Amino acid sequence: MKKALLSAAVLSATFSTFAQAEEVNVYSFRQEFLLKPLLEAFTEETGIKVNVVFSKSGLLERLEHEGQNTPADLLLTADIGPLYDATERDLVAPIKSDIIEQNIPEHFRATDGRWVGLTSRARLIYASKDRVEPGEITTYEELADPKWKGRICTRSGKHTYNLSLIGSMIAHHGEAETEQWLEGVKANLAQKPQGNDRSQVKAIMEGVCDLALGNSYYYGKMATNEDEPEQKEWAASANLVFPNQDDRGTHMNISGAALTKYAPHPEAAVKLVEFLTQEKAQKLYAEANFEFPVRPNTPWSELLEEKMSGFKGDEINLGEIGANRAAAAKLVDKVGFDN
Amino acid sequence: MSATAETTLTESRTLPRLRGLLPGWYSIGWGTALLVMLPVLAVLWLALFPTENIWPHLASTVLPVYIKSTLILMVGTGALSVAIGVGTAWLVTLCHFPGRRVFEWALLLPFAIPAYVIAYIYTDLLEYAGPVQILLRDLFGWQTARDYWFPEIRSIGGAILMLTLVLYPYVYLLARASFLEQSMSIRDASRMLGCSPWQSFYRVSLPIARPAIAVGLSLVSMETINDFGTVDYFAVKSMSAGIYDAWLNMGNVGAAAQIASLMMIFVVVLISLERVARAKSRQYTSPDRYRTIERYRLTKSRAWLCTLACSLPVLFGFLLPFISLADMSLAHLDQFSDSNFLGFATNSFTLSGVTALLAAAIAIVLAYSKRLYARNRSLQVAARMSNLGYALPGAVLAIGVIIPLAAFDNSVDAFMREHFNISTGLLLSGTPFALVFAYCVRFLAVSGGAVDSSLGKVTPNMDMASRSLGANTLRTLKEVHLPLIRGGLLTGVLVVFVDCMKELPATLILRPFNYDTLATYVYQYASDEQIESCSPAALLIVLVGIIPVILLSRTITATRASR
Repeated sequence: MKKALLSAAVLSATFSTFAQAEEVNVYSFRQEFLLKPLLEAFTEETGIKVNVVFSKSGLLERLEHEGQNTPADLLLTADIGPLYDATERDLVAPIKSDIIEQNIPEHFRATDGRWVGLTSRARLIYASKDRVEPGEITTYEELADPKWKGRICTRSGKHTYNLSLIGSMIAHHGEAETEQWLEGVKANLAQKPQGNDRSQVKAIMEGVCDLALGNSYYYGKMATNEDEPEQKEWAASANLVFPNQDDRGTHMNISGAALTKYAPHPEAAVKLVEFLTQEKAQKLYAEANFEFPVRPNTPWSELLEEKMSGFKGDEINLGEIGANRAAAAKLVDKVGFDN
Repeated sequence: MSATAETTLTESRTLPRLRGLLPGWYSIGWGTALLVMLPVLAVLWLALFPTENIWPHLASTVLPVYIKSTLILMVGTGALSVAIGVGTAWLVTLCHFPGRRVFEWALLLPFAIPAYVIAYIYTDLLEYAGPVQILLRDLFGWQTARDYWFPEIRSIGGAILMLTLVLYPYVYLLARASFLEQSMSIRDASRMLGCSPWQSFYRVSLPIARPAIAVGLSLVSMETINDFGTVDYFAVKSMSAGIYDAWLNMGNVGAAAQIASLMMIFVVVLISLERVARAKSRQYTSPDRYRTIERYRLTKSRAWLCTLACSLPVLFGFLLPFISLADMSLAHLDQFSDSNFLGFATNSFTLSGVTALLAAAIAIVLAYSKRLYARNRSLQVAARMSNLGYALPGAVLAIGVIIPLAAFDNSVDAFMREHFNISTGLLLSGTPFALVFAYCVRFLAVSGGAVDSSLGKVTPNMDMASRSLGANTLRTLKEVHLPLIRGGLLTGVLVVFVDCMKELPATLILRPFNYDTLATYVYQYASDEQIESCSPAALLIVLVGIIPVILLSRTITATRASR
C-alpha cells in the first residue's frame, strides 16, 4: 500500500513536471494585453505555458507556408473573418470536445468544430439623446430611410465589423436588396466614412451626425475610460439602440478560436479553448473588453447588465456571414460607400 | 592643396574593363542581389495565383479612386518634401542667418518620429474635440461643428502633410550633403559669369545636386506608396488600401500581390525615367573639401525670414509632436522602470543595430560589384531590382519573406527526416533572423542609395591608379574606396538604424513568440486607440532616434572640413 502511494506520488510528480514543460503556441489577431489575464489564469491552473504572437494580418499566411512544421497550435481572433478564411483555406482542424459543445451555443461555433466563438458583441446604432426620439429608429433597414439624410456616421464600409453587418444583410435579404440598402445608407451619410467606432459616437456629441454604427463594447470602454475621461461624455451623448428586436434580432459578431491543422500540442490547445469556455474565464474574458460571454447563464459585467441585458441577438450561424464577406466588400466598392 | 581645375569632372564614359579581377565579385554581386530579391520574387510569384480575377471588379468600381489618390499622395508629398528639403538644405548650407547652426541638425529631427505617431497626435490636436478647435469655439462663440468651417485633418491633404513632415528629411539629408560637397569654385565661376545668387542656385547648384535629390525623392515616393498606417487612419483610398482589401476582406492574396507588383513596376518606371533623363551627365567630383564655404550675407529681415522658414518644419515635424508625447508620458512614467519595457527597448536596439551594419555591408558589395562590371547590363539590373523591397507595403513584404524562409526550413526538415530521421523544424522562420532579413530587404534602398551616390562620385581614375600600383580589387575597396565613401556609408547606417526602430508591419507578422519591439508595443495600444497608455514607448523610439540623427548631421558637416 505504501509502495503504491509512493509510486503514485512519483508518478504525479513526474506528471506535473511534464505538465510544466507543456506549452501552447498562439497566433493571435487580438492584442496581447486583452488576453494576458486569461492566459495567466490558464497557466496558473494547468501549468501549461502560453506563447503568443500578435498581428492583425499576415498570420494566416505564416501558418500556411510554415505547413507541417508550424509551431502554432491555436488561432485567436477578434472576429469571424479570419476564422472563416482559415477554414476555407483548410488551415484548421475540428475541435472535438464535449465541454465546448456544452458551453457554446450552436450558432456561435462551426458545425464541424473548426472554429469556436468565445465572446460576442452586438453591432448597435448609437442615437443622439438630444436629436433622436427613443423608438424613432428600430432596424438596420431603416438606416436607408431618406429621413436620415445627412445624419448618419460610420467608419469605413470596408472595416471588418461593417463587412460582417453587410454580410448578414446579404444573408437575410440577398445581394440585390442589400445593394439598394447600402446605396440608401450611403446617401444618408453625414461625412465620408472615417475613423473608428468611438469617433462616430464622438461625432454625435459634436453634432456632426445623429446616428452612428458601433460595436457594443465601445460603450463600456468609453463610459469607464479613466485615461481619457472626455470619452465618458461621448458615451453619455447617445442612446443605445439594439436593432431588429421585433424580427431576427441584432447582428452579432464573435471573437473566437480555432485549432491549427498541424498543431504540435493539440491536447494542450484544446484544453486552453475549453478553459476559455468555462464560466470563470468567460466572465473574465468578456469583462476585459466589455463583451458578452457566449456561454449561456454566465453573469455579465454590471455595466452591461444595466445597459444591455435582455436584448435579442440574431442567431444565424456566423459561418454564413463569413461566406458573404467577400461579396460585401465588393458591394461597398460598387456603391462607392467609402468614396 | 589648391582648388584644382579638376574639381568636377563630367564624364560620359563608363569605367574601362579592368583586367585581373578576382573571379568572386561577379558571382558575389549576383548572389547577394538574388538573395535580397527573393521576397520581391515571392510576391511576383504569388501574383500568378489569384483566387479570382479581381481586375474587372476593380476597374468597374474603385480603381480610378485608388489611382487618383495614390498619384495625388505621391505628387503632393514628393513636391512638398523636395520644396522643404532642398530649400532648407540650401539655406543652412549657403546663407548666414540666426540659428543656422542649430537648424543644420534640427531639420533632421522629424525623421525620428514614426508616421503613425505623428498622424495620431495631429488628429488629436486638430479634430473637433481637440484643443485648437475648442479654443476657436471659445474665441468666436461657435456652438457646433455646423457653425464654422475647419480643414479636416483626416483627408488626403492631411495625409500629405503628415507624410511630408516625417519624410522631407530624406531629401534634406541628401541635398545638404550634395550642396556641401559642391565646389566653391564652380559657384564663384557662375557668379563671375553674371549669375545672381538665385540663378547660380537654379542653374548650377541644383543641377549638380539633382542625382542626390532624385535619390531622396525616390525614397520619399516609395515610403509614400507603401504607407498603410497613415492613409488608413485618414481614410484615404490609396493603392495600399486596395491591397489590404483584396487580401483581408476578399481573401484573395494573389490579387493583393498583383496590385503590389503593379505598384512596384510603377516605381521602377518612375525611377528609370529619372535615370534616363540624366544618364548623359554623369558627374565625378573630387570635392574641394579644404576651402571653407563662403555663405551669402543677407539683410537682417531676409535673414530672419530664413530663420522662420527653417523653424516651421522643425516646429511642426518635431517639437509639437514631441512635447505632446512627453506630456502624455508624464502620466505613465512608471513604465520606464518596467523590466519588460527594457526588454522591448533592447530588442529594438539590437535588431536595428545589426540590420544597419548588415544592410551597409550588402550595399557595399552590390555597389562595388556594379562598379567593377559597369558594362554588365544584367548585374546592373539585378542590383537595382534588389532595392524594390522598399516599394512594397511592409505587410506584403513580410509575406514575401515568409515564403522563401519557410520553403528553406521545410526542405531542410524534409531532407533531414529522410536521411537522418531527425526533424529540424523551422530554423529561420519566426526567429530574429527573419526580422533582420526583412529589414535588410526593406531598407537596402536607403543604405544602397547612400553608398551608391558616394561611390558614384569617386572618379574611376582612383581605381585605375590603385590597380596600376598593384592593389587588387579587395584592397582597392578597403584602402581607397571605403575611406572615401565613409561619410555616405555612415549616413546609410544611421538612417537605416532609425528606420528599423520605427518599422512596424513586417515586425508584427514575422516576430518570434512573446517578442516585442518598442514599435510593436506602441502599436498594441495605439491600435486599440489608447496611445496614452504607451506614450513612454513612443517617446523612447523618438529619443533613441535623435541620437543617430544628430550623429548624422555631424557626419555630413564633417564632409567639409571647416578648418
